Amino acid sequence: MNQAIRNAWIATVVLFALLFGAVSYIQVIGARDLNTNPLNTLALTRSLCNDRGTILAGGQPIAESVAGNEACKSKRSYPDGAVYAGITGYYSTNGSQGSTGMERSMNSELTGASDQQFLDRVRQLFLGKQPQGANVETTLDPKIQKLAYGLIPDGVQGYIVVQNPKTGAILAMVSKPSYDPNTVATLDRSAAAAAKAQLDGTQGINLYQNVSGPTGALLSPGSVFKLVDTAAALESGKYNKDSVLPNPAQMSFPGIDYKLPNYAGGQCYTQTQASFAFALANSCNTPFAGIALDLGENKIADKAKAFGIGQDPGDQLHLDYGKGKFPTGLNQPQLAQSAIGQFDVLVTPLQISMLTSAIANGGVQMKPELVKTLRAPDLRVITEYQPEALRTATTPAVAQQINDWMVGVVDNGLAAGAAVPGVKVAAKTGTAELGNGLNNSWFTGFAPADNPQVVVTIAIHGVDVATGAQLTSPNAKKLFEAVLNK
Amino acid sequence: MSTALTDSVVVKPRRNIELVLLVLALLVGIGASVLSSVNNPGSLNGSFWFQSSLLAVASLAMHITLRIRAQYADPFILPVAVALNGLGLAMIHRLDGSKGTAGDNQLRWTLIAVACTIVLIWVLRDHRRLRGFTYISLAVSAVLLVLPMVPGLTAGDINGAQLWIQIGPFTFQPAEIAKITLAIFFAGYLSVNRDLILLAGRKIGPLQLPRFRDMGPMLAAWAVSIGILVLQRDMGTSFMFFSLFMVMIYVATGRVSWVVIGLILIAVAGTVAAQLFTHVKFRMESWYDAFDPVIYNRDPGGSSQIVNGLFGMADGGIFGTGLGQGQPYLVPYANSDMIIASFGEELGLIGLAGMILLYLLLITRGFRAALGARDSFGKLMGVGLSFVMAVQCFVVIGGVTRLIPLTGLTTPFLAAGGSSLLANWIVVGLLLMISNTARGPVDTSPLHHGDDDSAGASAPPSGDTAPIRDTHVTQEVS
Repeated sequence: MNQAIRNAWIATVVLFALLFGAVSYIQVIGARDLNTNPLNTLALTRSLCNDRGTILAGGQPIAESVAGNEACKSKRSYPDGAVYAGITGYYSTNGSQGSTGMERSMNSELTGASDQQFLDRVRQLFLGKQPQGANVETTLDPKIQKLAYGLIPDGVQGYIVVQNPKTGAILAMVSKPSYDPNTVATLDRSAAAAAKAQLDGTQGINLYQNVSGPTGALLSPGSVFKLVDTAAALESGKYNKDSVLPNPAQMSFPGIDYKLPNYAGGQCYTQTQASFAFALANSCNTPFAGIALDLGENKIADKAKAFGIGQDPGDQLHLDYGKGKFPTGLNQPQLAQSAIGQFDVLVTPLQISMLTSAIANGGVQMKPELVKTLRAPDLRVITEYQPEALRTATTPAVAQQINDWMVGVVDNGLAAGAAVPGVKVAAKTGTAELGNGLNNSWFTGFAPADNPQVVVTIAIHGVDVATGAQLTSPNAKKLFEAVLNK
Repeated sequence: MSTALTDSVVVKPRRNIELVLLVLALLVGIGASVLSSVNNPGSLNGSFWFQSSLLAVASLAMHITLRIRAQYADPFILPVAVALNGLGLAMIHRLDGSKGTAGDNQLRWTLIAVACTIVLIWVLRDHRRLRGFTYISLAVSAVLLVLPMVPGLTAGDINGAQLWIQIGPFTFQPAEIAKITLAIFFAGYLSVNRDLILLAGRKIGPLQLPRFRDMGPMLAAWAVSIGILVLQRDMGTSFMFFSLFMVMIYVATGRVSWVVIGLILIAVAGTVAAQLFTHVKFRMESWYDAFDPVIYNRDPGGSSQIVNGLFGMADGGIFGTGLGQGQPYLVPYANSDMIIASFGEELGLIGLAGMILLYLLLITRGFRAALGARDSFGKLMGVGLSFVMAVQCFVVIGGVTRLIPLTGLTTPFLAAGGSSLLANWIVVGLLLMISNTARGPVDTSPLHHGDDDSAGASAPPSGDTAPIRDTHVTQEVS
């Protein structure tokens, strides 16, 4: 019997030896394979729960890490979440819903993994500290941002960009409908998934491609595109400030049963011949369609490109963006329509802001700048972003000429509602028909015209003409006043 | 040692060694709790020290009981059990966070289990008295195994198996207790009938076949195992019972042929089960194709639990992430079925290997007690109970480490679960009693009780001359 007991014990030892072998394999020999297995999310979820840097606007946090729970020691919180949602995006701490916006595009800086923070990481390693991310200080002005956000009524799809034309710094950038990023950043997985699903079903919010909002929404620009035509015309040498443009009530095309009508809203019908000033002030269609047909598709397309349409906005935006386009291979009616910002011309609100900024800044387009400073947790500056020219859109002379005419649009044209007492305001409005009786209403302008400090661009999508007019120029006025402290 | 003792060895109770080891064991368990709490503010609350002292008091009560009732009991068994139980408590508390109640529940059951064991040792005194309960144990086993299928008592399907009963708010796994009563029955039956089984019967080739009626219990055991597999759908429990029976009949008869036949029967049953039952088939697939994304994502029956357990252990590496600093809670059943993976992640290979060694030590002391027992009933019961614990460890740890398919057995002393704790503490109590008679002097007179000088506060007079209280000669000492 005792021998059998000893044998049974030996069998037990063999079983335990197998266990030691298995444990050693998993934890030592095969550990690397297991750690790098694509199904393994441990390292990811661990990093997800680390503290991230804070995103600030005017010294106030708009995205910050706060205490989480046992499972995840820190989570993201967004004070005034909806106001800044288009900028910050959200960061799903438990990793279940990914991340968007600046949380995504500045992830390496916010986690401390960027190249500039390499030395910090080494130091933290030796000090045994948790890696700390940088704080991202944006160029946003909370006062203007909140004002702009409030100017778009709930239920309306709209976009506002407020930018400094001389530096490219973005003071405010809002879009509606918005959402509260806190709902998606919650640690409760099912609540996060439900919130995301609800957002995915909301018209005007596109979370997947990160291209909703002023940097990504692609809209037909309507008449604000006439600024491009004007620049192309003046640069071509065929036109000058005194040119007289044919202004028929409608434009016909040989062999095609299509007529391009003039804009019905202004005074266009009063003249069959128009100056640039009159055509811009009343946003007449046929003079600019005529210019486009005269100059040809390439000239207009090149100028659109020079103003940034269909182009990248430079490396200081730190947000995903849409590129827009000016279509090519157009027949005559299509070119005519494209010249007035219809047909397949697509732009983002930010691009129109950049276009206007270029005119305000003597033809030089600055890189739109959303991040001012990258600061280490010990308040040391890691990177200070300097204003940089992105491209030259047009000559100073042409820019100045368009500037003058845009002042006329406010003084005695369609943008009269944007006038600020005591300040020279330059602007251009636009109405793009969507084909369903509704329009995109645009406003883009700057002030003061003789020393531009601020560019305001407003785009309201899918509204009738009256609502569009009401939500553009008068709101621009409020923004000009707020920025210029009037 | 003195030359006068060449053919006789003095038996020392060694209760002081046990006390020292017990303090170490408590330090391990409570220290683990403190460590895991450091990283989880809120869990080191006011009740923590109260709870820790409860564990200490329970362990010391057990120790004192041994001093009075079983002073020659093996001094390593109790400290090892306390250390494992304490580690389990620490991990379960740690996984609870601030909200869970599993840790408090586990502590409650620890106290109940230790109290039951103390009562058992106090009342029973000698394991041999259990021989009188041979057939009662069989009846109790049968009842226990049937209970989970009784309407009104059954807790229904839990994770695909029907192993639990529910009384009020408590769920209980009767099979855990049944492994003890079955061990008692087999030990009683085989110690009486082993000669018959051995000698009667025909010999065919190299195999000595027993008479059919002597085979009865074995076939019954096999039927019970298959019944559990089919009716209660649990491979692990089925395998555990069958192993218990096999090792006991092997030790009783010394015939390897039984083991061979048994292994064949298991293989046949397992293969058939894998064909017939989807849950068994799923378990097999989750084992050999664990990393296949289709199987990984399958629900129910996917391999994500075992695979995430492996990821956790790999993440822990050699040194572990440190208690409270890993993410073992990402794995379902991190505090019960997968608690080994939780320890692997946070304590690393070093910690986990240490814990497996503790198991091996505990089981080895059980075997040692069986080896030393002077009665075949004690030998058989000691081997059965020790081996069944070894099988349990192997099935659980092997399952978690993907050595074998994962089944739902509990990890002795560690896993959250009252019935398992109670059963394993009773096993410890029985092993302690067996070791007490094994190591103690052969003495047919009533045992002397009370504290003796070698175990008391006063140290032995000198290091190498132990006080001689008892001149009975024993053959086996440990």
